[in-house]
Amino acid sequence: MLALLLRDLRLATRAGGGFGLSLAFFLIVTVLVPFGVGPEGGTLSRIAPGILWVGALLACLLSLDRIFALDREDGSLDLLATAPIPLEGVVAVKALAHWLTTGLPLTLAAPVLGVLLHLPGPGFAWLTLSLAAGTPALSIIGTFGAALTVGLKRGGLLLSLLVLPLYIPTLIFGAEAARRGGEGLATFTPLLMQGGITLGALAILPFAAAAAIRVNLR
Amino acid sequence: MLSTAAGTASQDAMSIWEYANPKKFMQTSAWALPWVTGLAVVTLVTGLVWGFFFTPDDYRQGATVKIIYIHVPSAMMAINAWAMMLVTSMIWLVRRHHVSVLAAKAAAPIGVTMTLIALFTGAIWGQPMWGTWWAWDPRLTSFLILFLFYLGYIALWEAVEDPDTAADLTSVLCLVGSVFALLSRYAVLFWNQGLHQGASLSLDAEEHVADTYAWPLWVSMAGFVLLFVTLVLIRTRTEIRARRLRALEARERMA
Repeated sequence: MLALLLRDLRLATRAGGGFGLSLAFFLIVTVLVPFGVGPEGGTLSRIAPGILWVGALLACLLSLDRIFALDREDGSLDLLATAPIPLEGVVAVKALAHWLTTGLPLTLAAPVLGVLLHLPGPGFAWLTLSLAAGTPALSIIGTFGAALTVGLKRGGLLLSLLVLPLYIPTLIFGAEAARRGGEGLATFTPLLMQGGITLGALAILPFAAAAAIRVNLR
Repeated sequence: MLSTAAGTASQDAMSIWEYANPKKFMQTSAWALPWVTGLAVVTLVTGLVWGFFFTPDDYRQGATVKIIYIHVPSAMMAINAWAMMLVTSMIWLVRRHHVSVLAAKAAAPIGVTMTLIALFTGAIWGQPMWGTWWAWDPRLTSFLILFLFYLGYIALWEAVEDPDTAADLTSVLCLVGSVFALLSRYAVLFWNQGLHQGASLSLDAEEHVADTYAWPLWVSMAGFVLLFVTLVLIRTRTEIRARRLRALEARERMA
């Protein structure tokens, strides 16, 4: 499993892996928002937590289809499915690799981009914390979506349609925690709910995703 | 495992699993369809005519209150259709009955239509009552989310070519989607209370409606249930016939 994780990380970070792509996308979305809503600091700082969360979510979405698609193309997905480690474990490792190469960098980049959007002072810590708690859920839900659409020729658009509704609870609690943190309110409840969603998704979705892959490889 | 299940089904003559046999299902549904259709027409016409023409105008809402006879039943069916899809999808995953998953496939477009009807009538009702077509009230938002889940489900059915693969994948999606739809429902409640005041806008029908309005409402709700059953039966029969046709065509090409 460790070997699989290292392999995925290496594939993602080397040329053509698109490692920086989602980060660049996140930056561009954040830069575009002030052009859309105007440069006024008050408005920007009010919507900053939500915008950063939506931006991170969309950036995460971009890289989902490559979780399984490339493995499917060169046949290594079949090998993984017949490997001695359970397919559920493969899915979990894949999700972990996706988080390490997408969710974690996005989480670390968010406070920097928060400066651009005049994120209120106390909000930085809470935004980072809520993203750290929420992006694993985004990765594992996305892995499930990728597993559903792995057999399709042009699954990319369908993947977004399937995954985005599943992202709603994570987004709500994450953005709520970041917003409340920025306003100095109690953030305990949304963070706790978010952690619950992440852990619940981690517990259930590897099984659903593995089932979907088995169906797709049939 | 499968053989024992089939064995008990054949021993027990009245088992409901008999209707999972497409032939038996076609026979029974052919017999039941005219009755269900007739009942649906009668209850719908009764409920709607009673509701629209033989109830007084509300003293606050005027005649706009009468949209309730479409709004509430369609909203109810929008949720129940998803629940039915969840049950039939699980039956497919556990017992591999094709009729079951075809019924789920057949129910999805009806459910999405019901969701749209509920959303649109809600907007038409909301405009004179709340002064807005749309508010990010928890109920309204949940229905919009439900609509998105229906879209994803239908899109996945359309995208996958092999029927059995499509059935499996959509069933898994339906199961996972149900969990997340429920989560979204409560997340939205939390979110709205967090951002705005409580849901003072939402009008809980069962508790507030007077008897004069409630009786035709019950009848039209029954009408919508029967309408849903009728449409699901028709669409499931169509799906079964379409699949038979495909099997026949495939056999012809082989020969």
